[in-house]
Amino acid sequence: MTRTETGTDIETAPAAPERAPAPGLQLTLSDAVLGRPGAPVLDQVDLDVAAGEILTVVGPSGCGKSTLLRTLAGLLPLLGGRLAQDGAPVAGPAAERALVFQEDALLPWRSLRANVELPLAIRGVARARRRALAEEWLARVGLTEHAARLPHQVSGGQRQRTQLARALAGRPRAVLMDEPFGALDAQTRAGMQQLLVTALSGTRATVVFVTHDVDEALFLGDRVALLGTGRVLDVPRPRLRGAHTDPATLALRREVLASLDGRPGS
Amino acid sequence: MSAPPATADGTGRTGPHRVAWLRYARITAAVLAALTGWQLLAQYRVNLWLRFAQFPTVAETAREFARRLGTATYWQDVSDSLTRIVGGFLLAAVLGIAIGTALARSPVVSDLFGPLLEVLRPIPAIALVPVAILLFPSNEQGIVFITFTAAFFPVTVSTRHAVRALTPVWEEAVRTMGGGRWRVLRSVVLPGALPGILGGLSVGIGVSWICVISAEMISGEYGVGYRTWQDYTIVDYPGVFVGMATIGLLGRLTSTAVELLGRRLTRWLPRTARGQGATAGGRARWRTARTAVGEPS
Repeated sequence: MTRTETGTDIETAPAAPERAPAPGLQLTLSDAVLGRPGAPVLDQVDLDVAAGEILTVVGPSGCGKSTLLRTLAGLLPLLGGRLAQDGAPVAGPAAERALVFQEDALLPWRSLRANVELPLAIRGVARARRRALAEEWLARVGLTEHAARLPHQVSGGQRQRTQLARALAGRPRAVLMDEPFGALDAQTRAGMQQLLVTALSGTRATVVFVTHDVDEALFLGDRVALLGTGRVLDVPRPRLRGAHTDPATLALRREVLASLDGRPGS
Repeated sequence: MSAPPATADGTGRTGPHRVAWLRYARITAAVLAALTGWQLLAQYRVNLWLRFAQFPTVAETAREFARRLGTATYWQDVSDSLTRIVGGFLLAAVLGIAIGTALARSPVVSDLFGPLLEVLRPIPAIALVPVAILLFPSNEQGIVFITFTAAFFPVTVSTRHAVRALTPVWEEAVRTMGGGRWRVLRSVVLPGALPGILGGLSVGIGVSWICVISAEMISGEYGVGYRTWQDYTIVDYPGVFVGMATIGLLGRLTSTAVELLGRRLTRWLPRTARGQGATAGGRARWRTARTAVGEPS
């Protein structure tokens, strides 16, 4: 089932470039030990991400959020336990699990368009076709007129939008996002969250979105996982900006904050 | 490069114009002063502590230069030297980049060849002349080998350094797009390390000239270095100076070629990070001056 959104101005969003979206991946971490070899960061991690859902992961800085995502992406090998996608074990990174980095991960010598073309080139898409697809994706994140610019010639928010377009252009079945809006100011951030919801509509990709911002987690997530406490909370839909005034959401927000505060100091 | 922008006052005597004009005036003055000094010292056979009595004057040298430009031998020498340096340097560039990259990325290669190269590196290429004579059947190959060795180490070392200093997240990004080893090499490692590699190429072409000339002096047949030494042994001092001027001009020509190629390949670098070389530095200042004029006061 294709994801549909009920948030503001979703109806005006252009259709996703893909004709037939691939189904989202189901990801399972069981009894996993995560970290760099010799330096485990997280222990006994059990996480179940359902196909096509948006799971947001909240936790204070330094609690291993990036480690979790890099492990899910296949960049870090497991130190123990199992990682499976659709029931089959994962070995190494693959195009079907795209990672959007917190830091600036665009290649600085490539134009924004050439950056978005890269996953398509790796997949072997012909030049003319990948150029057209890249331009469609840049249009979806509102960067049509900047397509020929180099990353250092655009703003940080525009670079993150390009990263998002690049990740989605590869038609991944799961998108792993590591505080992608962490370095942006509040105004840009709200716009980016909306943009993300828009860009994801029409795809069926599973999303794991890591953040330290509780409001962001509640706004974007179908479920919110609290890292370090082992708890997962369901978030009521629809995703409306004003949802903070809704008593149920407020209660949830208090619960999340209390859980995070209740952790032993790290 | 491009014409300076039109100015508000329309006099044409604008800031950038004046700055450029001033620079050329200074450059010309410096060259003229050096040539005049040389001419006077040689002409009056000045013998203080340094002895200029045997020096040919600028005029004599220029006359000899003009005469030689009309001879086939001169061009044969130039083309021989250029062939040797281009051959040795290109070989060094290709192998240096390949081995430097392998050293940086593969622990196995690093263990096998790293210590060996570190021991060979301090040996001046010119000290390898006996080895070259023993190794190669012809002088020609020996000279190319010496030239190659001279450029190889700066290129290898700077490549290794540049590859090690790459931002890890670029590679991670390509790997999560499904890119394998070759894709990472092609799309991340080589383009990302290029600015650093170019530094090694610049150094390499300079050292190559030193070594090709020295090797020719020792064992060449034809070539600018051979000719210069030959002229010295037959006491043709103007000829020696023509040789030196030729070496200077050819050296400048090849390093400018490397510099221009480098600037072309790294146009993506942000402006402030670009232009560490002497010429590029001058140009950067030029640009600053132009910007300052363009702004409303």
